[in-house]
Amino acid sequence: MTSLASPVAADSATAIHDSLRRFRRSADWKPLEYLFWCLPVAAYFLFPGNYLLLSQIAVTSLFALSLDLIFGYAGIISLGHAAFFGVGAYTVGLLGMRGMGDPLTGLVLAALFAAILGFFSSFLLLRGSDLARLMVTLGVALMLYELANKFSGITGGVDGIPGIEIKPVLGLFEFDLYGRTGYIYAVVVLFVLFWIARRIVHSPFGQSLRGIQMNAQRMPALSVPVNRRLVAVYTLGAAYAGVAGAVLAQTNQFVSLSVLGFENSADLLLILILGGTGRLYGGLIGAIVFIVAKHFLSDLNPQYWQFWLGLALVLLVMYARGGILGTASKWLEKRRQRAQSRPVGGAA
Amino acid sequence: MNAVLQTHGLVRTFGGFVATDHVDLAVQAGARHALIGPNGAGKTTLINLLTGYLAPTEGRVTLMGEDVTRMPQHARCRKGLVRTFQINQLFGDMTVLESVAMSVSERLGLGASWFKPLAACGEAVDEAAVILQRLGLLSDAYETTRNLAYGRQRLIEIALALAQHPKVLLLDEPAAGVPTSESRELFEVIAQLPRDVTILLIEHDMDLVFRFAERISVLVSGALLLEDTPEVIANHPRVREVYLGEAHG
Repeated sequence: MTSLASPVAADSATAIHDSLRRFRRSADWKPLEYLFWCLPVAAYFLFPGNYLLLSQIAVTSLFALSLDLIFGYAGIISLGHAAFFGVGAYTVGLLGMRGMGDPLTGLVLAALFAAILGFFSSFLLLRGSDLARLMVTLGVALMLYELANKFSGITGGVDGIPGIEIKPVLGLFEFDLYGRTGYIYAVVVLFVLFWIARRIVHSPFGQSLRGIQMNAQRMPALSVPVNRRLVAVYTLGAAYAGVAGAVLAQTNQFVSLSVLGFENSADLLLILILGGTGRLYGGLIGAIVFIVAKHFLSDLNPQYWQFWLGLALVLLVMYARGGILGTASKWLEKRRQRAQSRPVGGAA
Repeated sequence: MNAVLQTHGLVRTFGGFVATDHVDLAVQAGARHALIGPNGAGKTTLINLLTGYLAPTEGRVTLMGEDVTRMPQHARCRKGLVRTFQINQLFGDMTVLESVAMSVSERLGLGASWFKPLAACGEAVDEAAVILQRLGLLSDAYETTRNLAYGRQRLIEIALALAQHPKVLLLDEPAAGVPTSESRELFEVIAQLPRDVTILLIEHDMDLVFRFAERISVLVSGALLLEDTPEVIANHPRVREVYLGEAHG
């Protein structure tokens, strides 16, 4: 459409080119991100006695990442994300009981079954308000919980599935008692899926999800089939949650009914909001803070640790909206602006 | 002459209220067509029926000869029927460049691609920048949308629509809420659009309408009162009555 207005002059073409340089680099990895991914490596050497706790952080991070995809990016709020986590965990458990304990096959099948459940339940969420979505997601998870409870012949009911036999990763790396292999495995799975999620949120598809969250009404007027995108991301988020559940079952070699429980869904939402939504790293940072805090606070006072959790939640909503990352980025932005408004070379 | 956008006996009722009353509207290819009418005449309802936001109670809508009455909004948009909104419908937390690049990428059919970053989709980004430059928005490319003045935001509203390569562009009061000086600038942008874009303008400001339109339809109480050239409309007794009546009552 060159006839839109006067032809673009050569110097303004360079102006356009220059002004786009920054945008073209906007999806590049930032120095802070490299630094962040040094953390799990550093933790491996610094806390060799805590691999089980560290694996738990990795699994919860992945789970929170899956919720961030659907809630942080597409704006679909969920109080029942544990449904998909649980499907993933039980997939591994039931396969393991039948001697099919290959970890990677387990991950793929867990993702597949969770995705199938996600795909079909997504249609219940298309027209709803936030409240309706909360109730529907909660309802689906409750039903699944009670089904797993009722059909104890298959799932083991409240006793769960103990002693799942998981084969060595790639036939080489045996899951050991100290959880060393488990931790490395969990971090590698987390990183690979994080890397894919990062590609996704920066893609045109990911951008359209943000668009839907900010203004769903406008999107059809930009040729966007909103419902199809929501189904796609909900299915994807479910698959991610399924993998998280699978990794938990594999590293613990045990599945209990609690993976499907309400508390699992509610804690997850809290973790994501604590860390900050729609930023990919929010869930990861939320998971680190939440699990470490839980570890120390429940050591201090096993019965009442949730008091501190509740207090943190209230303070967060009152004074630090946007969670840890949201607050940090606001603070950085303010500092940047202040630096800009200062006169150049001014002695004052 | 051939109509690119046409309605056939279009009716929409809300309960007992008839918002659109057997409207037969034909917008010719390349037209600069305006739709006017007093407040509550059903202009926005008609736009919503044309774009598919609302379903008609009766009647049909055809776009370039094709019946699109049952076609969802996004599919009509893909066929070139593009609208802007009377009240800004923007993406507050996106930068200007991001939102326009998103619109271009959707038109290019990249919206379902999930692996390559939007920022690396050269074609989409370049075109977004060209659109911003033509609307004088390039200097604000990295501003967050919500931080811009309302008049600037009105331009983004148009930029998002232009990124869709409209064949028929429905402008719903593009100058609403904008000071007069800026609305003139806005209309210069609109006047410069090429003739292969057919424009249907809904507008309240008669000065703007008479300067821009070559064809005017008057909507009163949901029904088309008449359609003619600006000269005839301006001197038509019924139109004067409707508008004067409104001014006095």
